[in-house]
Amino acid sequence: MREFTPPVFGSRFVIWERTGLPCDEVDGIRASEAVAVPESSFDEGWTRVDLFEYQARDIFAKHGVPVLGGEVAETPEQAEAAAEKLGGRVVVKAQVKVGGRGKAGGVKLAEGPADAKEKAAAILGMDIKGHTVHKVMLAQTAEIEAEYYVSFLLDRSNRTFLAMASVEGGMEIEEIAVTKPEALAKVPVDAAAYHEGLSQEKADEIVKAANFPHHVADQVAAALVQLWQVFVQEDATLVEVNPLVKTSAGKIVALDGKVSLDENASFRHEDHEALEDKASADPLEAKAKAKHLNYVKLDGEVGIIGNGAGLVMSTLDVVAYAGEKHGGVKPANFLDIGGGASAEVMANGLDIILNDPAVKSVFVNVFGGITACDAVANGIVEAFHLLGAEAGKKPLVVRLDGNNAELGRQILVDAKLPGVEQVDTMDGAADRAAELANAR
Amino acid sequence: MAIFLTENSKVIVQGMTGSEGMKHTKRMLASGTKIVGGVNPRKAGTTVDVDGVEVPVFGTVAEAMDKTGADVSVVFVPPAFTKAAALEAVDAGIALCVIITEGVPVHDTAEVWAYNQAKGAKTRIIGPNCPGLITPGASNAGIIPATITKAGKIGLVSKSGTLTYQMMYELRDFGFSTAVGIGGDPVIGTTHIDCLQAFQDDPDTAAIVMIGEIGGDAEERAAAYIKEHITKPVVGYVAGFTAPEGKTMGHAGAIVSGSAGTAQAKQEALEAVGVKVGKTPSATAQLMREIMQGL
Repeated sequence: MREFTPPVFGSRFVIWERTGLPCDEVDGIRASEAVAVPESSFDEGWTRVDLFEYQARDIFAKHGVPVLGGEVAETPEQAEAAAEKLGGRVVVKAQVKVGGRGKAGGVKLAEGPADAKEKAAAILGMDIKGHTVHKVMLAQTAEIEAEYYVSFLLDRSNRTFLAMASVEGGMEIEEIAVTKPEALAKVPVDAAAYHEGLSQEKADEIVKAANFPHHVADQVAAALVQLWQVFVQEDATLVEVNPLVKTSAGKIVALDGKVSLDENASFRHEDHEALEDKASADPLEAKAKAKHLNYVKLDGEVGIIGNGAGLVMSTLDVVAYAGEKHGGVKPANFLDIGGGASAEVMANGLDIILNDPAVKSVFVNVFGGITACDAVANGIVEAFHLLGAEAGKKPLVVRLDGNNAELGRQILVDAKLPGVEQVDTMDGAADRAAELANAR
Repeated sequence: MAIFLTENSKVIVQGMTGSEGMKHTKRMLASGTKIVGGVNPRKAGTTVDVDGVEVPVFGTVAEAMDKTGADVSVVFVPPAFTKAAALEAVDAGIALCVIITEGVPVHDTAEVWAYNQAKGAKTRIIGPNCPGLITPGASNAGIIPATITKAGKIGLVSKSGTLTYQMMYELRDFGFSTAVGIGGDPVIGTTHIDCLQAFQDDPDTAAIVMIGEIGGDAEERAAAYIKEHITKPVVGYVAGFTAPEGKTMGHAGAIVSGSAGTAQAKQEALEAVGVKVGKTPSATAQLMREIMQGL
């Protein structure tokens, strides 16, 4: 179906042959993982928004990175219309933030609008590794002669930015990093001057470091300049193009890409909120977010409320250890109510956790630092008033320590709230909460 | 003695007149910190009554340093303005800049770091998104409660604020030389290694507690550093063993996205160089207690 000599490596070219689309397995492999090897890891985890492929394509197009025509569709009919608009043969791609969609049947070639409708109908609603397909992207196809890899990302360990590039794109970049590290060029980009744009010299340096062929060097350098613009102007923590392809017409095109945006920068990007994937969010997480609570749903039975991210993470661990002695119960969530812990915040937090049907007991673990424990205790008492009968249906173990702990404990003793008991140490309270969860 | 912050430190507060800035300026003053001024260009030349203490407000960090001899700045300005505040502190060449603000875009932090390096790294930056540091009984630059514990011989470095407080509380009968909350963001100024090195060189620090959490490779790098350079006893704690892959747990940097950066990997790296790692905060405190009793 086109002029292409498969390189020596791997099974993914089977998929290529079938779909006309390279690099399905590469989806979901993050550049950060690619280099999460001992010498230096770029774990780029913080509050970030990972974009779908179609969103990345749109953002690339906005900043002048060369891409093929693409449209997103949520129904077979929309897919049909999109294929009509794009014209010719299109590829229909499941939009999921997980790798392996090609193998799962989430990428199909379509020979026109009617076929695209049919293929989209087959892909929409599919489950790919626990991710339901709500959208498909329809993209134009191109004949591909070579595949490359380029990315910009935050190099956390060295506190700077980094360009990575390879002429062995398409395959899993993680694999390149491990098996052929010499094929992956890493070029630091100074963060001090980054607003000035990527200089021609720096772009050329990256191109040279990765040994791009002479006849595409200028085009790749130009694409790098535009890609850096995406990275800087969108406050991205990762922009990755894999593969960056050379078409049979000799043009350089970004065929698939990944973009992660820094949510901390959303105050200067009003358009970024619309990019968040609200449809796939856990309903309890969505409810928590609406109340500005820092909540993550997990799969255990012991509901957790605490103050401070580190302490809450530690609480999850301590509960999991305690659970080993009590039927293997585990933490049901992460919930950090922060420093304030007012009655309203406590009520909102308890409301979310008590509404989780998986929760069998709740552990409130507060260390009074700036927050005084008597204020936290009063918050719990008021939360029970606000929640009415709902509170008290599940046992609540409270551990208060630190600032005004004695006062706080006495307030809870006097309040005689239904189902509430206190244990003075974190380890002891975790044990009791696990025991109660296991007993129900 | 202590690290980074002593009773002689002269502290200014950038963003002092805001609500958080004022609240914590009061606390810092109450715990004995020499607060010599605030910075706010719109209120320059005025003074602010902070619980009976008249604190002058200056237009710039440079002016505040010039008039008062300030050598420490604590930054409480909102995220959108943090970069400008930090760059100003770096430009003025202040010795220590403690950025408390949470939610600073990581590009901004990286830019400030690069700018400081380009200027000769005259300023030690701590944070952002951190509780600051305290040398109990001497000075307090940030939001760590001063009443948890007293001066002593344990040095503490931690990514997490509340775990810092918890550990100070567990070991309150021994006391601390200095406790430093370095913050949980993916890019931070002062690292575990910087603090380990300073504690090693500090004659008043006898042993070190190091608290880490999932994300990044700071703990692994610290382990390698300990092996080569640290002779004082170190105990460690790592939070996040049960954190699910790919989920962010509040702290910006606390996530697992691959095998490196897991709590397990960090614990193993620390134990491989002889650091005892506690399973829980209390167990970690117990390990330190045994070390202190044996000294």
